[in-house]
Amino acid sequence: MTRPLYRPDAVDRRIINALQEGFPLSPRPFAEAGRRLGLGEDELIERLENLRRRGAITRFGPFFDAAAMGGAFCLCAMAVPQERFEAVAAQVNARPEVAHNYARAHALNMWFVLATEKPAQIEATARAIEAETGLAVLRFPKEQEFYIGFRVSA
Amino acid sequence: MSIDTIDRRIVEATQAGLPLTAAPYAEVAAQIGLEEGELLERLAALQTRGVIRRIGIAPNHYALGMVANGMTVWDVDDARASRLGAAVGALDFVSHCYLRPRARPLWPYNLFAMVHGTNRDEVEQKRAEIAELLGAACRRSDILYSTRILKKTGLRLGRDGGS
Repeated sequence: MTRPLYRPDAVDRRIINALQEGFPLSPRPFAEAGRRLGLGEDELIERLENLRRRGAITRFGPFFDAAAMGGAFCLCAMAVPQERFEAVAAQVNARPEVAHNYARAHALNMWFVLATEKPAQIEATARAIEAETGLAVLRFPKEQEFYIGFRVSA
Repeated sequence: MSIDTIDRRIVEATQAGLPLTAAPYAEVAAQIGLEEGELLERLAALQTRGVIRRIGIAPNHYALGMVANGMTVWDVDDARASRLGAAVGALDFVSHCYLRPRARPLWPYNLFAMVHGTNRDEVEQKRAEIAELLGAACRRSDILYSTRILKKTGLRLGRDGGS
């Protein structure tokens, strides 16, 4: 996942900060969002295309809550022996329920998120990973979320 | 809560993103055989119900120079965790903030806050700001730096409803 560094200019930064939520639900949403940002419809679309092409934004559109659709997310962690790390990473990543997976510097050195359409699949997947790897999968389901978003300095 | 088959088609058609064209909803509606007006109404209803959390962009912290990120974790007094979690979540350098169950004895932490910075010194400074905000309500803390992204994909719904 290495991408060339992109240095957004002041306009890009305004777009990144303003458009993390609240994109209009209307027939010409870029025109409407652009008016708020002081940008024309075409310019906003071009800038978003450029930001996406440069890898500065990973996705643009609606973000769905799996839980609200009857599904579930769960953060999980494992303590993987260093000599088995690559093999276990391959086993974990091979499962489509694993949305992302990070190596972290800690005794619990592998942290991944399970995303499934039904809550029971979280438990089933975690147990399947435990059976396949022989390692404990600690489950950290969210109890409360505080979402504000992320801001780049303007 | 669950969604009907038309909503499911909407999720499938938009979960990878909206087209960057002047009339993106008309384009999506045509793809799945809906009128644009019905698509907009359904999207608004999904947002009201919380099935859609937000509509917008997901910034790539790494590509924007925020190459250091630390998952800060805190053992916060349960009675005050909810109020303090909201205060931590409101900090502009925190992208995700959650209360989660502890897994004692290995894991005493209940508050998780993802902190981003251009380097580790900056992340450590921000961690100190959180520590100050939490004050005596926090018994201990740690920070876990990511050393590698092993996998990263968005939510993907299967066509069969995931049975």
